[in-house]
Amino acid sequence: MRYYRAGMRIGFQREIQYRVRAFLMLFGFMIEPTIYLVVWTSVADAQGGEIAGLTTGTLAAYYIVWTLVRVYNLAYAPDAWEWRIREGRLNEFLSQPIHPFHRDFTFFAGAKFVWTLAWIPVAVFLTLIFDPVFDWAVINVVGFVIALWGGFIVRFLMLYALGMINFWTTRGSAIFGIFIASELVLSGRLVPLELMPQWISDIAAWLPFKWTFQFPIDTFIGRLSPQEIVSGIGFQAFWSIVLGLVFVLVWNRAIRRYGAVGN
Amino acid sequence: MSRPAGPIHLARLHFKLGTLNELQYRVNFWVQLLNSALNLATGLIAIAVVYNQTDSLGGWTSGQLLAVLGVHVLIGGFLKTFVVPNMWSLIRDVQEGTLDYTLTRPVDSQLIVSIRQINIWSLIDVALGVGVVAWAVTDIQADPSAGDLIAFFVALLCGAAIVYAIWLTAVTIAFKAVDIGDLMQILNGVYEAGRWPVTIYPLWLRGSLTVVIPLAFAITVPAEIISERIEGWWLIAALGVASAALAVSRLIWKWGIRNYSGASA
Repeated sequence: MRYYRAGMRIGFQREIQYRVRAFLMLFGFMIEPTIYLVVWTSVADAQGGEIAGLTTGTLAAYYIVWTLVRVYNLAYAPDAWEWRIREGRLNEFLSQPIHPFHRDFTFFAGAKFVWTLAWIPVAVFLTLIFDPVFDWAVINVVGFVIALWGGFIVRFLMLYALGMINFWTTRGSAIFGIFIASELVLSGRLVPLELMPQWISDIAAWLPFKWTFQFPIDTFIGRLSPQEIVSGIGFQAFWSIVLGLVFVLVWNRAIRRYGAVGN
Repeated sequence: MSRPAGPIHLARLHFKLGTLNELQYRVNFWVQLLNSALNLATGLIAIAVVYNQTDSLGGWTSGQLLAVLGVHVLIGGFLKTFVVPNMWSLIRDVQEGTLDYTLTRPVDSQLIVSIRQINIWSLIDVALGVGVVAWAVTDIQADPSAGDLIAFFVALLCGAAIVYAIWLTAVTIAFKAVDIGDLMQILNGVYEAGRWPVTIYPLWLRGSLTVVIPLAFAITVPAEIISERIEGWWLIAALGVASAALAVSRLIWKWGIRNYSGASA
């Protein structure tokens, strides 16, 4: 626990040095949801202000919260594992008494606080332009804080476990490509899953993706009942355990295969 | 023999070398093909989902939007083949102080930094983009004459020149801030905005994408030409914007290297 506090503080301190960078990155992040938002708002307008039960105000709220959820989604990327293994950088972590997972996890967790600060002006800007409609109760806000971190944990574990592929192949990027494309479609990142054909939402129900994206967003903008929020957090816990176990299992095999390629 | 090689000859040599180098790694072809196909598939899914709910998006039919997607993929392929790899080596040079080696060479420095690298596998995107445009043309039952096709081709060349100028300008300005890796990601994000026709965007975004970062002329205009949505004089406008963009990037490059002091020693 003490390590976690310290690790998060390091992540926070490192990122706070690069405030302009954080702000620029968020500006970059803003483009993607703005595009989706504009496309769907004009579709909704053409249909009399509503599609599949989503009003333009709700769509605006959805994509504004999207930007914050995206920030919390950032995790140690599988490509970075490729670099770490190829360059032999892993050695320095392995010689430390603490598992690299804790180091990476706390680093990203600490950085979230800086990113959240950088997010505020972006959110204000988008709110002024797009008139979002929220339907708030205390449970949404409390649920959102948990769901946001729950989503981060699930996605972090997902990417971390996926990164292990690099121990077996140097062509991991093909698999990450598939992963990213599936996530785009199945998580609610591209559009809320209600707007997708039924069969896609059916598939999404069985996968962890939507619990990292659409679920936290829907919690915040007030589209879920308290029961749905609680069960969603349950799903996040379930996936965290499953993915955590997968990671531990794969890690133990991977590390036995690993022979440093570095110097 | 002692005469220095002309710019075209030099570019040809670099491309040939880069191609031969890459051809050693055939598996990269399949990896790239998979990634390109996935990227195209998500673009098609997005269009399909939109037109599942409506018939017309800001006055654009699904066939016309397909043309925009095709041009976006095509120009994106050009960007990833010829521009982005060069910008990455330029960034690396600035960070490591090795740009000095380039600046002291007897040929034009902008030329050299723009032709050093090539990622031939991204030409797959160019091919896919051409395929999507052809599909779009059949879908809208446009019947382009030879003149239209030439106009489209010229518009594409303008588009290529514009995106090159945008990337080079952004990277040159970023000489001053050394952590410019993120800049490339932001530029990628901006490029994504070109996937949809700029006319559907609100004024502030449309304005930025027309005047500040003229992606509108790089992607929307060629797509409108091939899907016969606009008059021929737009081509003149595209030519004007492309020339202006190249001129601005040239001026900024000159300014950038004048103010550049090696970070190495």
